[in-house]
Amino acid sequence: MERNRRIRVMVAKPGLDGHDRGARIIARAFRDAGFEVVYSGLHQTPEEIVHAAIQEDVDMIGLSSLAGAHLYLFPAVVDSLKENDAGDIQVIGGGIIPEEDIPKLKAAGIREIFTPGSTLEDIVEWVRGNVNPKTS
Amino acid sequence: MSLTYNREMLEEAREAYDRWNREVEETFEKHPERLKRFSTVSDMEIQRIYTPADVQDQDFNRDIGAPGQYPFTRGVQPTMYRGRLWTMRMFAGLGSAGDTNTRFHHLVKAGQTGLSTAFDMPTLMGYDTDSPRARGECGKCGVAIDTVRDMEDLFEGLPINRITTSMTINPPAPVIWGMYIAMAELRGIDRRKLGGTIQNDMLKEFIAQKTFMCPPKPSLRLITDTVEFGTKEVPRWNTISISGYHIREAGSTAVQELAFTLGDGIAYVEAALNRGLDVDDFAPRLSFFFNSHLDFFEETAKFRAARRMWARIMEERFHAKNQRSLWLRFHTQTAGCSLTAQQPYNNIVRTALQALAAVMGGTQSLHTNSLDEVLAIPTEEAATIALRTQQIIAEECGAANSIDPLGGSYMVEALTDRLEDEAFEIINKIDDMGGMLSAIEKNFPQQEIADAAYRYQQQIDRKEKTVVGVNKYANDEESLPVEILQIDEELERLQIERTVRIRNDRDNQKTRECLEKLEEACVEGHNVMPPIIEAAKAYATLQEMCDVFRKVFGEYRDPGIY
Repeated sequence: MERNRRIRVMVAKPGLDGHDRGARIIARAFRDAGFEVVYSGLHQTPEEIVHAAIQEDVDMIGLSSLAGAHLYLFPAVVDSLKENDAGDIQVIGGGIIPEEDIPKLKAAGIREIFTPGSTLEDIVEWVRGNVNPKTS
Repeated sequence: MSLTYNREMLEEAREAYDRWNREVEETFEKHPERLKRFSTVSDMEIQRIYTPADVQDQDFNRDIGAPGQYPFTRGVQPTMYRGRLWTMRMFAGLGSAGDTNTRFHHLVKAGQTGLSTAFDMPTLMGYDTDSPRARGECGKCGVAIDTVRDMEDLFEGLPINRITTSMTINPPAPVIWGMYIAMAELRGIDRRKLGGTIQNDMLKEFIAQKTFMCPPKPSLRLITDTVEFGTKEVPRWNTISISGYHIREAGSTAVQELAFTLGDGIAYVEAALNRGLDVDDFAPRLSFFFNSHLDFFEETAKFRAARRMWARIMEERFHAKNQRSLWLRFHTQTAGCSLTAQQPYNNIVRTALQALAAVMGGTQSLHTNSLDEVLAIPTEEAATIALRTQQIIAEECGAANSIDPLGGSYMVEALTDRLEDEAFEIINKIDDMGGMLSAIEKNFPQQEIADAAYRYQQQIDRKEKTVVGVNKYANDEESLPVEILQIDEELERLQIERTVRIRNDRDNQKTRECLEKLEEACVEGHNVMPPIIEAAKAYATLQEMCDVFRKVFGEYRDPGIY
């Protein structure tokens, strides 16, 4: 029998950036919203994130970057997911991301970008509306 | 013991304020107060009014005194800003060493009085630009330094024998400092003449900023090597900048910032004492670095409390005799986390108020954030406005005319006492856990800060705390555009080429020998600084030296708690 399970998300910090205040707050907000949450910890390469996401069978990855390398790191995660036949895992991002970079990131397959000023509720609602938990 | 306020005066004041309180209560019954609860940005409840009764236990000589006198509540130097203004030290680093050098020259020409270097992420983590872990990050949030050649370009034409240099570097601090000393010596400048600061505060990295390389214990050993070397060989250098800035940016309260920072300071002093150093030989070169956040009075009180607490800790706990060992000298940066991407020009005003609080608190040096720092590395124009903000505070508004001008304010004195008491409670808790190192291993400060950060975000979401332009007074139409500084994507390729060329051109036999000597020092417990300086002069790269540390001491991984 097929049964919907809870939404499973991974919050991840790609690259060398150590700013994890936002990522950890988002992880808590996802947990409080009833999602199952995996937090990658800091200093992960895109490949390490994708490997862990597949292992953990998540529905979505939320990437956080505050050190300017998002134009390289976010698309690298999307590309690596596709290479590993895991293109169904959705990717969203957040952090210090200039307005003009957002279209470039969306074109590269990042579904949504949340910049400072987004409320926790906005982000949680987006996930509820756009991410379907895999059936098991 | 002589209390500041005598009993008779306190009694009269109490009667007067009781009468006043009855009157306003009547009014507020008809028209309630604006908020149910008034509190600081740290969520500390603030009274309707402060009176002499709130500082009735204060003993003027014991608790306040004069500037330059124990417990230094009013300032470390007797003359403070009447003698010399604080050092205006703007943090800068972008792109290549040459680009940053150009920015340094611009800032010095604009009247800046000290240098402060921001490194890029690979440099901060001890990787060369061509490391696979460094992809996409070169020059993005600071300058890339791979070899002493980059260090030479960075300081080209700058008078480093006269101007002091601060370098925000942590796990690879011994290596970057060694490259700086090597660069100076290659220019013919005596290391004893060099003045400046390396941040070199690993404990707060594990707690808050999260750039790490080796586990806590060997990290503390490397720091102690630099303290020992500086004490003997580079006497004008501040070898640790014990930092609360990042703790606050990670979301702590003001009390937590005080407690965890001074708790880290206690751990460094203990480590140096265990090395056999005399407290009065090294303590005068310890410096501090705090955040100046949004709540003006809480911040002013925090700086005053920090000075008094450190003086008491150094005298009562470590029995320091030299007055300078008791001084808490500090750098301040305005709160990056308080800036908003929305309506970014408002950030100029936030920064000005935060800078004023730092000046009211008696800071020794100050970085003011640029309005666009919430979006990217500041443009030259934005950095200049931030510097001008300091100059206006210093020379136009009268804030620097008198020393500790808020001293004696019932509110500021009461907050100073309260912050001190609450911070000492946390320090006692850390002592009970066996000291800061074991508190960190138990994730105690990390968890406390994460809780505070989450609480604050929820308060913003519920609009219990106002963020102008974000959860109140928001503008739907886009506001004035801000020009954003872009880092050239070509930079990474050029920097890699340059580093590869240096590796090919150097005397590799000699470099290898130097790295072996460094490894030997790590293993045998000898001071690592002399072999680092030699290796830097032989063009060993940052990562080659850091890899020695990783090999001998192992690597620390983020426990990933939230």
